[in-house]
Amino acid sequence: MGSSRSSLRGVPDGQQLLQETGFSAALLLRLHQRFQFLDKDSRGHLRSEDLEAELSENPIGDRIVGAFFQPGQETVDFPSFVRVLAHFRPTEKNWTRDGVQPEPANSRNRKLKFAFQLYDQDRDGKISRTELLQVDTTNTYTVKSKLSMKPLNTTC
Amino acid sequence: MAERWRSALLLCLLMAASSLANSETPVSSSTGNETTGTGHETAAITTLPIVTWKWHHVEVPYLVALWVLVSWLCKLVIEANHNVTNYIPESALLICFGFILGGMIWGADKVQTFKLTPTTFFFYLLPQIILDTGYSMPNKLFFTNLGAILIHAIIGTCWNAATLGLSLWGCHQGGAMGNIEIGLLQYLLYGSLMAAVDPVAVIAVFEQVHVNEVLFILVFGESLLNDGVTVVLFNVFDAFVSLGGGAIDAKEIVKGIVSFFVVAFGGSLLGTVFGLLISLLSRCTKNIQIIEPGFIFVLGYLAYLTAEMLSLSSILSIVFCGVCCQKYMNSNMDENSIQTVRYAMKVFANGSETIIFVFLGISAIDKTIWVWNTGFILLTLFFILIYRFIGVFILTWFLNRSRLVPISFVEQIIMGYGGLRGAVAYGLAVNLNETKIKEKNLMVCTTLIVVYFTVILQGVTMKPLVQWLNVKRAATVDLTLVEKVQNKVFEHMLVAIEDISGQIGDNYWRNKWRNFEEKWMSRLLLKPSARKKQDRLFNVFHQLNLQDAMEYVKEGEHRGSLEFIRNESAFVDFKKKFGEDYEEAMPDIMAVMADDQGSAMRLRRDPVPSVSLEMHEQNMRGLREAEGINSHYLLDQHLYKSRKQHRYRFSRSHLDINQDENEVQEIFQRTMRSRLESFKSGKMGVAPPKTITKHTKREPQPKMPNGRNKPYHSGDEDFEFSEGDSASGYDTSFPMRVGYRAGAGIENPAFMPDLDPSSPLHIPPWLADAGLEVNPVAPSERAQVRTPGHLHRLASLRTSAQPGDTVRDRNLLTPPPPPHRDDDHL
Repeated sequence: MGSSRSSLRGVPDGQQLLQETGFSAALLLRLHQRFQFLDKDSRGHLRSEDLEAELSENPIGDRIVGAFFQPGQETVDFPSFVRVLAHFRPTEKNWTRDGVQPEPANSRNRKLKFAFQLYDQDRDGKISRTELLQVDTTNTYTVKSKLSMKPLNTTC
Repeated sequence: MAERWRSALLLCLLMAASSLANSETPVSSSTGNETTGTGHETAAITTLPIVTWKWHHVEVPYLVALWVLVSWLCKLVIEANHNVTNYIPESALLICFGFILGGMIWGADKVQTFKLTPTTFFFYLLPQIILDTGYSMPNKLFFTNLGAILIHAIIGTCWNAATLGLSLWGCHQGGAMGNIEIGLLQYLLYGSLMAAVDPVAVIAVFEQVHVNEVLFILVFGESLLNDGVTVVLFNVFDAFVSLGGGAIDAKEIVKGIVSFFVVAFGGSLLGTVFGLLISLLSRCTKNIQIIEPGFIFVLGYLAYLTAEMLSLSSILSIVFCGVCCQKYMNSNMDENSIQTVRYAMKVFANGSETIIFVFLGISAIDKTIWVWNTGFILLTLFFILIYRFIGVFILTWFLNRSRLVPISFVEQIIMGYGGLRGAVAYGLAVNLNETKIKEKNLMVCTTLIVVYFTVILQGVTMKPLVQWLNVKRAATVDLTLVEKVQNKVFEHMLVAIEDISGQIGDNYWRNKWRNFEEKWMSRLLLKPSARKKQDRLFNVFHQLNLQDAMEYVKEGEHRGSLEFIRNESAFVDFKKKFGEDYEEAMPDIMAVMADDQGSAMRLRRDPVPSVSLEMHEQNMRGLREAEGINSHYLLDQHLYKSRKQHRYRFSRSHLDINQDENEVQEIFQRTMRSRLESFKSGKMGVAPPKTITKHTKREPQPKMPNGRNKPYHSGDEDFEFSEGDSASGYDTSFPMRVGYRAGAGIENPAFMPDLDPSSPLHIPPWLADAGLEVNPVAPSERAQVRTPGHLHRLASLRTSAQPGDTVRDRNLLTPPPPPHRDDDHL
């Protein structure tokens, strides 16, 4: 609709993002609002602390946050934010590997790569034993153990 | 041959029953009492009767018991031949048997003395079935699909009722049914009682078909939850019929809608309350474990009756009672009680189901109720099918727009075809008031025919249809541990993304619920010891460990399990690995995590997870000893134990076999001695210690001569620790690996008696010793044991471990790393 397109003016690279990620305009707008909400100091980009605040209780929260940031980068701007979130749209089934279109973020392959990234912290393209074990153990954390501060070996 | 005998027995019983019934007036307790009374008075005895015929004395219970027996015998006959049950579902065959029996009784009596009365059905036969379904409901699956289930249950049932009633009325107006006196309201009433999919029938038919779980839970959940709607609709229309058409205005209709909410939510709430009550109770029943299993039955039944009393939905009440309490019951109760509950529920549920179907068949053979109206019956059948399919398709189309995994067309067909009507509809039909509803018999007959049609015809054709349509079947393989862990990771990821994007989705709620549940409900409803064990992944791991162990034992038995006693390399490794660590009582053996991942990880030392038995296998393959001799020797050592089984103590409350402490102690010592000797023979001839005193947890170090008995030393250590960990269960970190590894070697002699599966179940000495200690934190050994009897010993050495390490061990089969904190550990 005309109104939503025009309201995308506030969104950096709005049109391009629309095409690239396949989000609807309304959704993109909402994500932009969310971005601005998370970006407390209105800097136009997010730092890892902003995201971590939301994910304090999540065992793999730090990894998720890490997935947003390109290696070496300290901040994430809106287009990158949206691109990462685009991975989580329903799976794209219509894309064919014909080289004309770039692979959409929500294809199975890209989703798997995203998940892979969560494990592969050192970004060497492989999941080492250590990395696998880390994820598995952080995953099994119990609220109780956190509360009780006992060296439990069993975790939830 | 055997079948023929059984059938003959059946017939005899039946003849006996009918002849008894013949000789007396039709079954009615009042008459029975009367005759009994008069019998006592009027029979003026002239001499002392040695034996008297007291039929009336026992008439009612006798007939009840006899009928239960007859029904179950029918089931026996049916199940004798699996070829038939592969094609025809058991329920259909039971109905046919019911026909035969009904025919016999009719032939003998000329009147149908036995039929399925609504009271019997609703009060004595239905509750246990529903309780069983609630208790064994897969909660996660159920609640994940709850939206779809509710939509189908509520809207679908209303749709079915409305369309059926209106269409029949329309056809009536059109003259298709001839001359019957049924008004619009009565049609709607009829529609409402026919609309409900029946849980009993659904279970009976679907249980052989093994469709995938989502499909099953959709149909099944719907059949359970639609009771809320059915009850409301039925009562509302019943009241409307009584009021008469004129008194219905907007106020009444609004009241009807309100009553739906009250009935449905009230029933569920009531059930939940009862469920929580049971859970609380199970927390405190430690001392009365012998009747612990009974509580769920009593309280479940009370939930059902209370809801009936308050005119709420009783089925919803008992379903939610079961759903809410299952988790806490399974954690709190002793293992034996859990098994008892599970089996008893199945017995009752299956038994009731059998009786219901047999009586459904019998009830048909009654000339007095039969009114045949071709139009009515055929049209009912037709409309039921059509509207069911239409309803399912429309609703699923709506649902699929918001479901992540859409319901495929094929599955929708099965859902539509699985809309079976059953005994609930029949019970409701018989409950109709015949003064208000003149054509009650017609309705009852049509209901019966619809039930037969759905159960028999649709039941028989369901399986071929499923196969023909290639519906996705139930997964026969459980998820591996790796998969489960990964699923958890993904869940966390989705929750995180939901958090970041500010989206309140399924995962958000699930997470919130889980946190709430952990913080509040578990604290209240679970025993403290049970709370510590709550880790699901850990349970999975434990199960896998046990399976591993079981396979290992089997393998070991194949090639002679004494091999690995001789194998020192395992012990050497073990010693090397654990070095100084096992001096502490419960050391936190190392897990070296890469610390470079930093503070955010909040990782801690995790102990080396338990043994991978597969590794042992690798090490020990190739060692061949004269096991025959050793087996004999060891068996001999342990024969003493088997004597224990003869010492029973008759008691209503104690099931354990006598555990004489001295005997236990002695066995302990002998076991130790035998092990030490077997160790030493592999070693370089070191004399075993002369004193093997009782090792308790208070002695971290066994009193051993300071010999170079590495393995033996470690053996005892292990033993020590295996004792320790078996007593303390999961919640302390200890060198489970330690215990288990060498424990595997130590364990073996303990397995020997278990080669004979009929050997008695009793607690191995070291465990008994450990069990004597009081560890308030640890779950009792009873609670720990989750395996079948002959593997109890194995279970006692269960370990806690990290899933990751199991993954590693299972997949990589590398020798254990040294216990140093370095990064390439793992």
